[in-house]
Amino acid sequence: MSVDAATVRRIAHLARIAVTDDEVPHLQGELNAILAFVEQLSEVDVEGVEPMTSVTPMDMKKRADAVNDGEIADQIVANAPAPENHFFLVPKVVE
Amino acid sequence: MTDLTTLTLAQARDGLADKSFTSLELTEAHLAAMAQARALNTYVLETPDEARAMARAADEKIAKGEVGPLAGIPLGVKDLFATRGVRTTACSKILDDFTPTYESTVTTQLWRDGAVMLGKLNNDEFAMGSSNETSCFGPAVNPWRREGSDAKLVPGGSSGGSAAAVAAGLCLGATGTDTGGSIRQPAAFAGIVGIKPTYGRCSRWGIVAFASSLDQAGPFARTVRDSAILLRSMAGHDPKDTTSVDRDVPDYEAAVGRSVKGLRIGIPKEYRLDGMPQEIEKLWTQGADWLKAAGAELVEVSLPHTRYALPAYYIVAPAEASSNLARYDGVRYGARAPGGNIVEMYENTRAAGFGAEVKRRVMIGTYVLSAGYYDAYYLRAQKVRTLIKKDFEDCFAQGVHAILTPATPSAAFAIGEKAGADPVEMYLNDIFTVTVNMAGLPGIAVPAGSDAQGLPLGLQLIGRPFDEETLFSVGEVIEQAAGRFAPPRWW
Repeated sequence: MSVDAATVRRIAHLARIAVTDDEVPHLQGELNAILAFVEQLSEVDVEGVEPMTSVTPMDMKKRADAVNDGEIADQIVANAPAPENHFFLVPKVVE
Repeated sequence: MTDLTTLTLAQARDGLADKSFTSLELTEAHLAAMAQARALNTYVLETPDEARAMARAADEKIAKGEVGPLAGIPLGVKDLFATRGVRTTACSKILDDFTPTYESTVTTQLWRDGAVMLGKLNNDEFAMGSSNETSCFGPAVNPWRREGSDAKLVPGGSSGGSAAAVAAGLCLGATGTDTGGSIRQPAAFAGIVGIKPTYGRCSRWGIVAFASSLDQAGPFARTVRDSAILLRSMAGHDPKDTTSVDRDVPDYEAAVGRSVKGLRIGIPKEYRLDGMPQEIEKLWTQGADWLKAAGAELVEVSLPHTRYALPAYYIVAPAEASSNLARYDGVRYGARAPGGNIVEMYENTRAAGFGAEVKRRVMIGTYVLSAGYYDAYYLRAQKVRTLIKKDFEDCFAQGVHAILTPATPSAAFAIGEKAGADPVEMYLNDIFTVTVNMAGLPGIAVPAGSDAQGLPLGLQLIGRPFDEETLFSVGEVIEQAAGRFAPPRWW
């Protein structure tokens, strides 16, 4: 399978990465090189094979459903690019 | 006084214990070496104030006889590990001046055991790369050069800064992470030892995530013994990482020097690639001969799905990365680029903050997970992964204790040499290492020889799950036979 320019733009939008028109042909070439490389997987007979979900055979540990942390709003927003009174500011979302 | 930066970690530990020198002296020697080695671009942040404070604290404890396993030992930390109050960037512009308010579990354990932090080490952006060239701080430089040439070589990647710093004597050991070979390949390129432990052996908590089902932390050091000492401190169960394994951590150092007599070492025929350089072939045979001479039994084994590991990896790893890196949205931390609305803000932030390789992988990951392609790519890759793991299980079920392979298909290459249009060429660097991540197994790279241009080459040993001890025992046999490798100082 290979991707066309429109698909490159669609993937970029899904990935939330702005791309310029100049970048599209280059990205298209690179993505197609990678997709051509992974194409060899279609040779493998995977009939009846379970997909791997955990590389180490172990049960997922579960924690108690209890509050064990909190009251650290200062720390939570300490690295935010636009914090205000313990809130994260973003461009207007709802008109 | 001898140059304290040329000691092994074990020698430094003994010297501190018998009061031949203090941790502060040891630390100052390393800080001075770092200041003279800035041309190597290994540290992206030096933390001399923290280092001196930690060294003084270690000296006080040593004076009182409270000696932790790493008391007073100066180390470097890959910039992928969150360090409280110390900038952590994953070498990406998108993290900007991110300063964690918490400490990763692995580094917490190193400081618990008395180690001293010298600074944060260069790596490929978000650990995506095999040459350290994708770092937003520019490439780290390998202290090794080809004979008669002053061309700058890559130290490998992604943990290139860690490998270069350890090889150049800018720390006694360093942390790394390995998702497809990011500890073992740079260790081989720099002529040092690097081990990726079994998946689940070290906590991933507080490490910037790349591909969560593959990422594992591990140490770099100049000897097998030193790496065993470091791994003991780094490993262990952590309730904050649900994939970390609740299992005792053995005294790995005790495995160093243990006899390998009677161990069965597998030589996988599928690793004998067409067009493999003769010197790699020779190195591999030499390694097998050394192990045979030490009493191990060498057997040919088959891992039939080997050739599919790299393509499956380039589906699984980008898929997980696209999900993990969704958090970099310009809202909660890191850099933000303005936009007319929130989606534009996200798109502009991520376009400006991510480098080319990261964008490529996030986009590939997004594509293989998108509606209509999930089964064809992602689900199939996860099935192939099951087959790759089964290959190893079958091999170990036949009584094989460890598998010997080359670590890399070549020695270090020059900066810029593989910057061609096709990203796949760079990916091929991990051809011998990536299978190990796909199967969650432990793997160690040990320097074993040199190429025709005088550059170090490494061999890899792959072990059974949670049997790092055998890797240390067998690795030390190679180390004893091959000797140590130290680059001539030119920087």
